Amino acid sequence: MAKIVAVTGNEAVANALKQVNPDVCAAYPITPQTEMMQRFSSFVSDGKVKTEIILVESEHSSMSACVGACAAGGRVITATSSQGLALMYEILYIASGTRLPIVMPVVNRALSAPLNIHGDHSDSMGARDTGWIQLWSENAQEAYDNTIQAFRIAEHMDIRLPIMINMDGFIISHSIERMEYLDDDQVQNFVGEFKSLNPLLDLEHPVSYGPLILTDYYMEFRKAQDDVESKVPGVVLDVAKDFEKLSGRTYGLFETYRLDDAEIALIILNSAAGTSKDVVDEFRDKGIKAGLLKPRLYRPFPYKEIGEALKHLKAVCVLDRADAFGGSFGPVYMDIATSLYPYKERPVLINKIYGLGGRDYLPDHAKLVLNELVELVGNGTVKSYKEYIGVRE
Amino acid sequence: MKKIFQRPESLKQEPFRYCPGCGHSLIHRLIAECIDELGIRERVIGIAPVGCAVFAYDYFNFDILEVAHGRPPAAATGLKRTLPDRVIFSYQGDGDLAAIGTAEIIHAANRGEDITVFFINNTTYGMTGGQMAPTTLIGQKTATSPLGRDPKTAGFPLRMAELLATIEGASYIARVSVDSYRNLIDAKKAVLKAFRYQMEQKGFSLVEILSPCPVDWKLSPKESQIRIQNEIIPIYPLGTFKDAYQESTL
Ligand SMILES: Cc1ncc(C[n+]2csc(CCOP(=O)(O)OP(=O)(O)O)c2C)c(N)n1
Ligand code: SF4
Ligand SMILES: [Mg+2]
Repeated sequence: MAKIVAVTGNEAVANALKQVNPDVCAAYPITPQTEMMQRFSSFVSDGKVKTEIILVESEHSSMSACVGACAAGGRVITATSSQGLALMYEILYIASGTRLPIVMPVVNRALSAPLNIHGDHSDSMGARDTGWIQLWSENAQEAYDNTIQAFRIAEHMDIRLPIMINMDGFIISHSIERMEYLDDDQVQNFVGEFKSLNPLLDLEHPVSYGPLILTDYYMEFRKAQDDVESKVPGVVLDVAKDFEKLSGRTYGLFETYRLDDAEIALIILNSAAGTSKDVVDEFRDKGIKAGLLKPRLYRPFPYKEIGEALKHLKAVCVLDRADAFGGSFGPVYMDIATSLYPYKERPVLINKIYGLGGRDYLPDHAKLVLNELVELVGNGTVKSYKEYIGVRE
Repeated sequence: MKKIFQRPESLKQEPFRYCPGCGHSLIHRLIAECIDELGIRERVIGIAPVGCAVFAYDYFNFDILEVAHGRPPAAATGLKRTLPDRVIFSYQGDGDLAAIGTAEIIHAANRGEDITVFFINNTTYGMTGGQMAPTTLIGQKTATSPLGRDPKTAGFPLRMAELLATIEGASYIARVSVDSYRNLIDAKKAVLKAFRYQMEQKGFSLVEILSPCPVDWKLSPKESQIRIQNEIIPIYPLGTFKDAYQESTL
C-alpha cells in the first residue's frame, strides 16, 4: 500500500535510497545535497540499511571510491551538487567509460564564481557530455520515482551506465510536498538483486578495467559507447511501464502538457515546469492554444521523439536555467534546435535564460513569454532569439 | 582625552554575523589587530575559504580573494609569486585544509612558499551543518557520525600541525587556541610571528587555531570553551612544532 507523506525532496530521495539498500555509499557534504547524505548516514548508523558508508575527503575521492566499489561488483550510490559535481568531472568520464552503473542524485545548484548556493542547472549541464544518463525531476515525487527507476535503467544488462537524477536545489530539495512512498518490499522487488557484470577478483574470469587504448581501438571503443547510448531510451520506457504497474504513475522520455493541438509551447526542465503548466491553463482558458514539453530523459537526448512531438507547432520558447557560454544559446535550446532541424516545416524557436543562481521564476515570467509567442505568431517577427528574463537592468 | 582602545582599522564597521560564541569572530579580530600592529594593512591580501568564514570579505578591511574549497594554498602561491612584496595569508577551516585541500597545503609547505596560513580547527564542517571532518575526535557525534566517530571506518583525528612540521620546506608551525584569555595572548603572539616570518622572507608559516563551534557541537559558548580545554587540547596539544629561525630576533 502506498503511504502518503509530507517530505522534502532530499528526504524523499534519501528514503528511496534506503529502500533500495545499496552495498556502498561514498559521500562528501555540499549544500543543498548535504541533508540527503546526512539522512542516509543515520540510516546506516541506525541499522536500517546494510550499506557500507565511506565518508571521504572530497568529491573527487567520493566518485573514485564509487568506481572502485562498483568495479568490485557492488551496487553503489553517492550524491552531490554544484562544485562537488564539477570536482568529480574527471572521474565522471572514468565511470561511464568503464560502464559502471553508479546511481547519483544531483541536487542542482549554481556554479562558482561568484559563489552561490541556490538552484540552477549549470552543474549538471556541464556534465551533459560525460556519458552519464540524466533524468530530471519536477518535484519530490518525480525525484523519488526517478531514483528508484534509475537503478533498473543503469543496471540493465544492455546498458550498464552511470546515472544522475536531477532535482532543483532548495526549491525541491528543501520544500515539503505531499507525495507517496512505495513499500520497502515493493521497491526491493522492483529493483531486484544487483547483478554484477565482470566484477573484479572473479578468478575464473579475470578482467582489467580501463586499460590503455591508443589509436588502434579508441575509436571503436567510443563507437561502442555511442551504440549503447542509443539503447537507453527503450530501456527507460520499459522500466517506466513496469513502474506504472507498481505505482500507477506514468513516465515517458518527456512529459507533454496540452501539447497535441497546441500552436505555441514552452519547453522547460524541472520545478519551473509546474509553475508554467498553471499559466498554460490560464492561456487555454482565454482560448489560446498553448502547451508545454518537459524533458525527463535529458541524456541521451531523445532527439527524434522530441522533434516529432514539436514539429506541428508554430512557435516555441525554450527556457534554460543555465547558459552555455560561447555556444550563444542555452543548452536545452541547442538540443531542441537539433531535434527540429530535420523538418522542413518547423516552429520558430526562441530562447530565454531564467532563474540563474536561484532567481525566482514566477507565473508572470511564463505569461510574458507566452504573450511574446502569441505576438510572434501574429506578426511573424522575432524580437530576439535569445534573451535573459527576470534580470535587473 | 587619550584614546586607549579602538576597533582595529583592519576590520570594517560591520557587526559579526557568526553564531554566538563562534571562534571565527575572535580569530578575525585577532588577525586584524596583528595586521594593524605590523602596519601592513595596505599590503596584505587575504584568501577566504569556502566554509563559515566565506564571509571574511564582509569584515576584513583589505583585499580578499575567494577561491574554490580547499585551494587557498595554491592560490596564495600564485598571488605571492606575482606580488612578492605583499603579505599573503589564507584563512582555512579544517574541512578546507585537512580534507578537500590536503594536497595543496602539503605541497605549498613543501615548496616553502613565503605565505602565512591560519588553520581554524573546530573539529567539524561548520558551514554545511556539522558533519564529521578528518579532525573530528574519536567518539564525537556529528551529523554524519550520529553514534560518534568510529576509527575503524572513519580514521583518527588528523594532527595537521604535527604532520606539516615534518616537512622540510615548512618554517614556522604552531598550534594555539582561543578558549581563554591566557591562550588568546599566546595565539596573538603566534599570529604576529607567522606574519613576521613572511615579512622577513623566512618561508612557509602556519598557525593552527583550535576554535569553538557551539552550534554544531550543540553546546553553549561557555561549555564549548570547556570542551576545548578538557577534550580537544589533550588530543591537539598546543605549542610550537617548528621554528626554523629560532635564533633570530623574531
Ligand atoms: C568542491 C566542494 N565540495 C563541497 C563543498 C561544500 N562545503 C562548503 S563549506 C564545507 C565544509 C567547511 O568546513 P570547514 O572548512 O571546516 O569550515 P567551517 O565552516 O567549519 O569553518 C563544505 C564541505 C564545496 N563548497 N565545494
Ligand atoms: S556553524 Fe560553527 S563555525 Fe559556523 S558560524 Fe556557527 S559556530 Fe561558527
Ligand atoms: Mg571546521
